[in-house]
Amino acid sequence: MREELLAIVERNSRIDLKELAVILGVEEIDVVNELAALEAEGIICGYHTMIDWEKTSIEKVSALIEVRVTPQRGQGFDKIAERIYKYPEVNSVYLISGGYDLLVTLEGKSLKQISGFVSDKLSTLESVLSTATHFILKKYKDHGTVLTKKYEDTREKVTP
Amino acid sequence: MRNPLADKIVEIKPSGIRKFFDIVTEMKDAISLGVGEPDFDTPWHIRDEGIYSLEKGRTFYTSNSGLKELKEEICHYTKRKQGVTYDPNHEVLVTVGGSEAIDVGLRAMINPGEEVLIPQPSYVSYEPCAVLAGGVPVIIELKGENEFRLTAQELEDAITDKTKVLILPFPNNPTGAIMERKDLEAIAEVIRRHDIFVISDEIYAELTYKEKHVSIVEIEGMQERTILINGFSKAFAMTGWRLGYACGPREIVEQMTKIHQYAIMCAPTTSQYAAVEALRNGDDDVKEMRMAYNQRRRYLMNAFQEMGLECFEPFGAFYVFPCIKEFGMTSDEFAGRFLAEEKVAVVPGTAFGDCGEGYLRISYAYSLDSLKVAIGKLAAFVERLRAEK
Repeated sequence: MREELLAIVERNSRIDLKELAVILGVEEIDVVNELAALEAEGIICGYHTMIDWEKTSIEKVSALIEVRVTPQRGQGFDKIAERIYKYPEVNSVYLISGGYDLLVTLEGKSLKQISGFVSDKLSTLESVLSTATHFILKKYKDHGTVLTKKYEDTREKVTP
Repeated sequence: MRNPLADKIVEIKPSGIRKFFDIVTEMKDAISLGVGEPDFDTPWHIRDEGIYSLEKGRTFYTSNSGLKELKEEICHYTKRKQGVTYDPNHEVLVTVGGSEAIDVGLRAMINPGEEVLIPQPSYVSYEPCAVLAGGVPVIIELKGENEFRLTAQELEDAITDKTKVLILPFPNNPTGAIMERKDLEAIAEVIRRHDIFVISDEIYAELTYKEKHVSIVEIEGMQERTILINGFSKAFAMTGWRLGYACGPREIVEQMTKIHQYAIMCAPTTSQYAAVEALRNGDDDVKEMRMAYNQRRRYLMNAFQEMGLECFEPFGAFYVFPCIKEFGMTSDEFAGRFLAEEKVAVVPGTAFGDCGEGYLRISYAYSLDSLKVAIGKLAAFVERLRAEK
């Protein structure tokens, strides 16, 4: 049940427990227990909502920043990653294989705010060697959901 | 002017579903639960392979029986799923949908006057195809109390000395019924004893929700007397690509290929390339779709239970087949009123044979959200009918 349950709540965390139990073919109490276990084990880390901010009047700017750093003795990349992820405007920090070390995603009110963060805070950190900032111009698909098109049922209405 | 038409064709009834289709199409805002094809798009990697084949200019005929690569993949797949071996060079025919395989199979095997056993309720094309092949369709009426499985006794009772072929349509459209190993073993004994052949339409083989689908060809002594039909429409959500196949004994497949060669030439080349990709890398897609269908199936069974609507639990395809006998209406009347009053289209069971009377086919090839809206309307309708009584 675990894999299927996770697949469902990853797409729809608002689904009600009774319905979850029905479509999984188990008792409601089992769903409650399993969700509690998944939360306790840190497997389910939150129940977020996907918002396409572009469709609102609220201004938001997102950027991806490639960061090259010097790993620190005994602590590798963890220490520097922690210093970066503690900033609330940072959305995510990933350690990456390849041409650079950390991929930082960031959300801010304006270009200026983000560039300010990069020049004042990020690039001045001692172990940061270089940064490259990419502003996101348009989101086509996010978290497996296509943002630019709505599903339309184009099938014939009745077929054998 | 002389009558330009052939009597045999004129006598064939148009599909019952067609009549209903015309009414539904006129109602702009009708919600439909009447669709017999997946709601999923063909997985992108499969579509991409089709596009790529066009870009590379693979726009010619393939060999009559199909692309060698595809026939080999079909054999691997059948080995992997059913554990049976077919020779890709002589025992496989790639067809334009499973539908063509049914037609060609019957034409290859039936002499005038020979009887074709057709369990019903079932897909609409078996009976006309049997007639077109010069055969005499003999209907076996499956029963709700057997969960619409074919029993050995029902089969035995229908066999005469003219019986040539049994069509075995499981997992079943419209009932969602399946045949498990024990059911197949029971009928296989009758089939062998009377020395008849089987055309097994297993187009929904990937969509079962109990244990893995068992094919009749897995039962001892059955592969040599069975045409196994499958295809890409349901498992890989590829209905519009029109691609299916038949596997069977060489002597039958060779004759089927001859008909196919003269009538069709070959199945669409683009679709064949896409299908190779589907069989090579499509298992995860199938698993995901099966999981989604199963969730919807459980949702519907629970909803019927809550509204007190009688329905056996179907373990195959993507249909449920609830019983509406309690309302004292025919299936046609029920579906007609439901459409008129709630604007939801379901298909009367009688579209799939007279013995579908008293039942409805409800498809769950729809998102859970769409199902919820439609089922809410069904609950209200059922409530109203009961109050009327």
